[in-house]
Amino acid sequence: MLAEIGHFALILALLVAAAQAVLPMLGAARGDAALMAFGRSAAACQAVLIAIAFASLMTLFGQADFSVALVANHSALSQPLPYRLAATWGNHEGSMLLWVLVLALYGAGIARFGDNLRTTLQARVLSVQAMISVAFLAFALFTSNPFARLSPAPLDGAELNPLLQDPGLVFHPPLLYLGYVGFSITFSFAVAALLDGRADPAWARWMRPWVLAAWVPLTCGITLGSFWAYYELGWGGWWFWDPVENASFMPWLLGTALLHSAIVTEKRGSLAGWTILLAILAFSLSLIGTFLVRSGILTSVHAFAVDPERGVFILAMIVGATGTALALFAARAPQMKSGALFGSISREAGLTVNNLLLMALTAVVFLGTFYPVIMEAVAPANKISVGPPYYNLVFVPLSVPLLLLVTAGPMLAWKRDDLATLARKLLWPAVVTAALLAGLVLALGWQQVVAALGLALGAWLVLGAGLVLARRWWSPNGFSLRLVRTTPAATIGLALAHAGIGFTTAGIAAMTSFAAEHILVMRPGETTSAGPLKLTMLGAEEVDGANYRALRARFAVRQNGSERILVSERRFYDNSRNQTTEAGIGVSLLGNQYVAIGDVQSDAKGQGLVVRLYWHPLVGWIWFGGLLMALGGAASLSDRRFRIGAPQSRAPLAPALVPAE
Amino acid sequence: MTRLLLALMLAPMLAIAAPAAAVLPDEMLPDPAQEHRARAISKDLRCVVCQNQSIDDSDAPLARDLRLLVREQIAKGKSDAEVRDYVVARYGNFVLLKPPVEGDTLLLWAGPFAVLILGAIGIALWQRRKPATSSADAPLSEAERAELDRLR
Repeated sequence: MLAEIGHFALILALLVAAAQAVLPMLGAARGDAALMAFGRSAAACQAVLIAIAFASLMTLFGQADFSVALVANHSALSQPLPYRLAATWGNHEGSMLLWVLVLALYGAGIARFGDNLRTTLQARVLSVQAMISVAFLAFALFTSNPFARLSPAPLDGAELNPLLQDPGLVFHPPLLYLGYVGFSITFSFAVAALLDGRADPAWARWMRPWVLAAWVPLTCGITLGSFWAYYELGWGGWWFWDPVENASFMPWLLGTALLHSAIVTEKRGSLAGWTILLAILAFSLSLIGTFLVRSGILTSVHAFAVDPERGVFILAMIVGATGTALALFAARAPQMKSGALFGSISREAGLTVNNLLLMALTAVVFLGTFYPVIMEAVAPANKISVGPPYYNLVFVPLSVPLLLLVTAGPMLAWKRDDLATLARKLLWPAVVTAALLAGLVLALGWQQVVAALGLALGAWLVLGAGLVLARRWWSPNGFSLRLVRTTPAATIGLALAHAGIGFTTAGIAAMTSFAAEHILVMRPGETTSAGPLKLTMLGAEEVDGANYRALRARFAVRQNGSERILVSERRFYDNSRNQTTEAGIGVSLLGNQYVAIGDVQSDAKGQGLVVRLYWHPLVGWIWFGGLLMALGGAASLSDRRFRIGAPQSRAPLAPALVPAE
Repeated sequence: MTRLLLALMLAPMLAIAAPAAAVLPDEMLPDPAQEHRARAISKDLRCVVCQNQSIDDSDAPLARDLRLLVREQIAKGKSDAEVRDYVVARYGNFVLLKPPVEGDTLLLWAGPFAVLILGAIGIALWQRRKPATSSADAPLSEAERAELDRLR
């Protein structure tokens, strides 16, 4: 019964979405307030219906109702309840349902928190949002119905690989979805602005919190994914340039660009066309992210559905949405005014360069990901691969100027500035960074100059973030608590996020240059070293676990006079005939000690265990930086200016006038 | 069937299963300098049966064969470039994780920089296209004028 209720709710949601896609748009064109108001009610109604469907499915998983095919295929009675519930979105059909749920919740958010929005704009945003909704609901209902019954119902379901039952898998996909789907709102805003014929500062201010609402969970999701890959896949990999990772990274890069270009549009009325273009592309890349995972085109380690039919549907959606939006852009953009001019040395110019570099970085990832597929189609005789060496060679040189700019940007004045003023403001961070660089080169030698540059770059970013706050908190009369209290949340967000990139940069630099490893055969009592680590194998024994047998080795790791005991296990699961390795990881502020055992092998001294010892310097900083960025985004999101409405008192600089509502 | 596929797809992700058995002590060259070179070359060669993994990271049997092949060539006294050419001659460009710069891959290597330059030109033209309009001389549309009148 519950399955039918869920299915019915989903069908109703599709019908509501279809009406919502048409009527408010009509209302906006005719100036019919009733039709426009319908959009708000429909959005709320749609969200409630999809929530009912989702709750039904989750309850079915909770009840272990194996008469539903999806439940039977993806959960078993032996699975702990939290993982049975998480299985709701741990599969294709359920994850599509989660996708439309998030989509509808964002839509309801626009209806609920969009009180200060221009009514025609709100109506059009809701309409466009509903069009996306219709496409995805149809996709879910017609190609991947989560509520399909199974007869006869089995007594127990098929458990998913127990190794997948991991907290990382519970939170990683929903966070990414919040990000991907969040960019649907900015897409809707962009299309609505094109239809509305206005992209003014007020429009940008309305849109910006939604950009942040997508960017923050996406940042968290990517950070979590990277961390998960590190502790699950081991051997010090924290980013693999895997197509699926790239699929989440591209919308992130463009989303970051959008976040910054929307500031220019909000504050100065400039770059509106560019902002619209970015909003369209960010969502297209999010759709491509889904497409990559759903279709077999780019099979990678993450892909969990190989089904070309679904891929074609999503490809049609991408082409339809992007094509229509870009055509609309091409038709309307020439009529748009360019907004206020700015000098070549100004905050606007800085943010423009930021955008261009982020766009180029997105192009690196895009080309790297798709070039092999395109080559296969165009020149099948000359198949190529694109891997980490390509990205290191192209991505890094393009990101260094961007990172240098991050500290300079917030010091620039709007409209017009000059280099002398900028240099004066940046004097202290520059001196400190240069001193640090000199010290590092002296201490490490010239052969480590790249590492020194990377660490100094990290320091430059953190100092720059500190400078933003310092300039805000110190007046000519000295430090003022009042100034601290009145600092806008957005300024604190800026400082946190920029400091976050600094920590991530330092972590990457240290990991690239100072990571050490030693792979060898060891016997109890033997000692080896890697980087600053001294490792002694204390002993190895066989132990019995709940449903596995294991070979357990104990090690003592010494570093700077302190000693830690690390344990690594190799587990053999008789039932599933799986082998797993549990690494021993010693976490500290300055780096992780990582030891893992392998098979039994022989070397010159006889039989022993294969041991992999790694030193991962500052690796934790990479994820700490990611979290700081997300925290910064959240802080900006809490800024009260997003809640007090459009800038009505200030004369807009763009030609369009903000109506006094 | 679907589940089987699923399990197959997921297997590499759960490389916890056999975390990067990759390079093993018995493969290594006795000379640390040569071994160091072998590792560096291995990182740029693709395990052709894997998804996006270098032979240095992969525990597939074929990757091991390639690792041994690379070491064999190094032990024979071949230079890094000669070893790479030897592997490419056997497996084609597909085996290189860093594709060569040639006609077919020009767009791959130059594309990002082209985006940067074209984007800069585009924005510059856009900004020049129309002179700045300040709010003072932005004319109101009919509808806006009507709304303004209504509010007064």
